[in-house]
Amino acid sequence: MARIIKNGEIVADPWCLLAAGAEAPGSVTVIKPQLLLPLARWAQELESLENAGYTVGVWLAPDDAPEALLPRLAQIPVIAIQFPSFTDGRGYSLARLLRQRYGFRGELRAFGDILRDQIYFLHQCGFNVFCLRPDQDIEAAVAALEDYSWSWLPMTDMMGRVAQ
Amino acid sequence: MYIYNEVDQRLVDDRVTQFRGQMQRFLDGRLSEDDFRPLRLQNGLYVQRQSPMLRVAIPYGTLSSRQLRQLAHIARTWDRGYGHFTTRSNIQFNWVRLHDVPDILAALASAQMHAIQTSGNCIRNITCDQFAGVAADEVFDPRPYCEIVRQWSTLAPEFLFLPRKFKIAFSGGEEDRAAVRFHDIGARACLAADGRPGFAIYVGGGLGRTPMLGQLLKEFLPREELLNYFDAILRVYNRHGRRDNKYKARLKILVKDLTLEGFARDVEAEWAFARGGPNTVSDESFAAMEAFFAGPSYAGKVTDETEYLTALQSNRAFARWVARNVAAHRQPGYGIVTLSLKKTGMPPGDATASQLDLAADLAERFSLGEIRVSHEQNLVLPHVHRSDLLALWAIAAANGLATPNIGLLTDVVCCPGGDFCSLANAKSIPVAQAIQERFDQLDYLFDLGPLELNISGCVNACGHHHIGHIGILGVDKNNEEWYQVTLGGREGNRAAIGKVIGPSFAAAQIPEVIEKLLAAYVATRHEGEIFIDTVERVGLAPFKTAVYGELHGPHH
Repeated sequence: MARIIKNGEIVADPWCLLAAGAEAPGSVTVIKPQLLLPLARWAQELESLENAGYTVGVWLAPDDAPEALLPRLAQIPVIAIQFPSFTDGRGYSLARLLRQRYGFRGELRAFGDILRDQIYFLHQCGFNVFCLRPDQDIEAAVAALEDYSWSWLPMTDMMGRVAQ
Repeated sequence: MYIYNEVDQRLVDDRVTQFRGQMQRFLDGRLSEDDFRPLRLQNGLYVQRQSPMLRVAIPYGTLSSRQLRQLAHIARTWDRGYGHFTTRSNIQFNWVRLHDVPDILAALASAQMHAIQTSGNCIRNITCDQFAGVAADEVFDPRPYCEIVRQWSTLAPEFLFLPRKFKIAFSGGEEDRAAVRFHDIGARACLAADGRPGFAIYVGGGLGRTPMLGQLLKEFLPREELLNYFDAILRVYNRHGRRDNKYKARLKILVKDLTLEGFARDVEAEWAFARGGPNTVSDESFAAMEAFFAGPSYAGKVTDETEYLTALQSNRAFARWVARNVAAHRQPGYGIVTLSLKKTGMPPGDATASQLDLAADLAERFSLGEIRVSHEQNLVLPHVHRSDLLALWAIAAANGLATPNIGLLTDVVCCPGGDFCSLANAKSIPVAQAIQERFDQLDYLFDLGPLELNISGCVNACGHHHIGHIGILGVDKNNEEWYQVTLGGREGNRAAIGKVIGPSFAAAQIPEVIEKLLAAYVATRHEGEIFIDTVERVGLAPFKTAVYGELHGPHH
């Protein structure tokens, strides 16, 4: 299993991410894998896969609309957001929408071109799990979560400090 | 002026540490050029023709004398003894060495400065009217709002990887001196019918490859909603702006594609969620921020203006300088002084380390320690009593900072161009110098009156050529440098984009072309009519004829 950063710690990743056309892994073992499905498949296959005993999460491409998730949001264990390139900033907005507007409290993971130098800012937007690009030094990336002692607070808080 | 609190200081200090590590990994080969590029750009570091260039942020163009001295120190220690002020009121050091940059950033942080977001696809340095807080025509001082937006936009995690760069300008005067309609967001101070302060918000303006005039998105935005509304604009842009083609990635293209109405609908829908939310700014917070920018106490200055008034009569050079370089101040008895960085022979906007130190001295002695940088690339001393003008002028003149040409033809706005910038198609500084040399007669310049000439070395338009009354754009034709001339550009309340007059010219022809345009103006103008008004009244035809002859005149 790949190693990922979850809540600031390095752990093994129990989730299996499926591309649009990929087959769900067969049940060679008694334990069914945990599956992350692309949005369209999640909408279509969620029920049948859950009925077959799988645990199911969803992954979003940067141009997916998260509103499709809303009816079941509280039941979704994991939402993963894809970063095709670390310079594609759309996933940051998706994360803030899910966390702040829609109140998603489950696991929010960033995957794809995830580098240690962006990890602090991803975390600030609400991601708590990071699947790094394979060449990245995962221990260094954990340390990068502490790059700033500052945190991006709402202006009211910042201004509160100004006022003191 | 704003003073950093602990949070601000920690942020810039942490940033220096972070970038030091990134630079080390890059120099060791552990960080690839592709992964490093966006990181260095967001710290203002470009790799140019001769050497790396570092662009330092000067938020809303405001500096203390201490900060200006620190810039002089950096120029002397890590560059070749000078810096270049840009049209975003930043300063660029053109000869830095890569491995020195973390130390330069640390030197900046020690003076409450940084180079964060002076490049890259993120929210850039906020610009503002250089006369903010002292202009006679001010609705209210925009600087507290600039600082609030600076804090919000600095390392705003959601908006660090936008489709393209994003520029915000604020203007507080009746007259727009911040070119707000040429920004992604332009905010103009205004008051509601009941006197509540707020802003008129323009969006989708910009120069560059596809120049566009910003459109009015919201007639009145109450000030407390400033950040919520900006958040909404930025989020719509971040999610829906084009990322497939960098030439179509600016906000202006999204606004055009969605239409203003469509874009406004999306922003309103987004804002509806944020309205009244955690980024709403309270009156108490505004008051706390305004306190930083409260004007100085002007009372108690014992003055004798006899010498000043006598000199105005008897000293022609001084009187000319006062006429061009001293603007009306809201406080009677005071003036706003512009130190010209447009002396013939110096690249426009360049200042030596000694000049920076001298400007800091002048600010301390005559202007309460405060300096502004204008987007026309000059330095401004905002609080000078009239009785001090003569002494100030004498020192400035002896140090090449008192050319009496503000707003005149030789106050050329100019990018660094092909001498430095790797994006440029053509050189711009030698063209500016040739024009300054050709038109060095003050009598003639004063007779011509207000005339803005802007030069860019490529379509990225750092020299703002589209809004010059006369604009010059360097273009590449078969590996040769050519120059296209535009007429009719304008900033301010009657903002307009210049139009190309015809086929381009070789560099050597440019002074003569300008001479012909000026002759056509002098022959056509009404009594007291400035150049741009004549162009707007008569159109381009007489100017084309003057430059290209009858055959190529009105018919082409």
